[in-house]
Amino acid sequence: MELYDFVSIILIGGMIVLAFIAAESRDLLSASIAMGVVSLIVSILFYMLQAPDVAITEAAIGAALSLAVMIFGIKHTDRWEKK
Amino acid sequence: MKRIIAITLSVLIFLIFMTAFARVKFGNIALSKYFYFNPVKKQMTRDSVPSHYLKEGIKETGSTNIVTAVVVDYRGFDTLGEVTVLFLASIGVGALMYIKREEKRKVREANEIVKTASAFLFGFIVLFGAYIFVHGHLTPGGGFPGGSVIASAYLLLYLAYPKYAADHSKLSVLESLAGLTFLVTGLLGIIFGGHFLYNFLPYGVPRYLFSAGVIPVIYVAVGIKVGSELTGIVDSMMGVRE
Repeated sequence: MELYDFVSIILIGGMIVLAFIAAESRDLLSASIAMGVVSLIVSILFYMLQAPDVAITEAAIGAALSLAVMIFGIKHTDRWEKK
Repeated sequence: MKRIIAITLSVLIFLIFMTAFARVKFGNIALSKYFYFNPVKKQMTRDSVPSHYLKEGIKETGSTNIVTAVVVDYRGFDTLGEVTVLFLASIGVGALMYIKREEKRKVREANEIVKTASAFLFGFIVLFGAYIFVHGHLTPGGGFPGGSVIASAYLLLYLAYPKYAADHSKLSVLESLAGLTFLVTGLLGIIFGGHFLYNFLPYGVPRYLFSAGVIPVIYVAVGIKVGSELTGIVDSMMGVRE
């Protein structure tokens, strides 16, 4: 197995775990931060797939702006998900 | 009863469309094996469309970055539509969230490290965003990534200095001027070349900054437009209070 495959398997595994956290966590703040980290890993994967322009867009919008918008929303509503 | 009728109607319409479209042939796989008439070169060729872009893109548009050549030149009208969609989204957020000024905004003061670091980094991040969209026809990137990088720089400033507020009237003037530049460039194409978004400026030497005709002009306009729109969205989201 080459280094490329090894790194991409680690990244995809981490992405799956973080997506599960984002879907299941009752703490909405940690869920949205997990979403941001998923976007960051996706941008690294785009870079590994030789699409650097998509990687820049994904890092700026997915990991920075949308995460900030979600956190602003959480700040003005409630941090914990009700049952 | 109404719900049942709606469901059956939608299923029926779906089935009708599926049966209708099942008979239509979209594209032709075998086409690349045979000769066909290429309207750009005005001769018979056997290139498929992607290989035509890769082979002739630099010659036809002067842009080294083929993705930019497709986005701004070959498919420029789609980009105009995308910019319009983003404009509508920004209008929607502004209309729903915009609340008059600073005293409504309650944010905790940031600590000294964040303040100092963001004051240092702000200029460099804006410079990087401008670099991305100015060099859109040479290196990976373009108007949309560059604009979002600039907006993230403003987001950093908002997080570090809660009292800071961007001037909405200046943002809207900048945004409208950038949109007008895009449209006027397209209309000048009609005057000089006969087509909307025609590349009427000289192509120059490929791989240099001043090349590729109108592509850098349009991408700088798109970058400024996207940057001001996303900054406006961040500003209106920051201003929310109950």
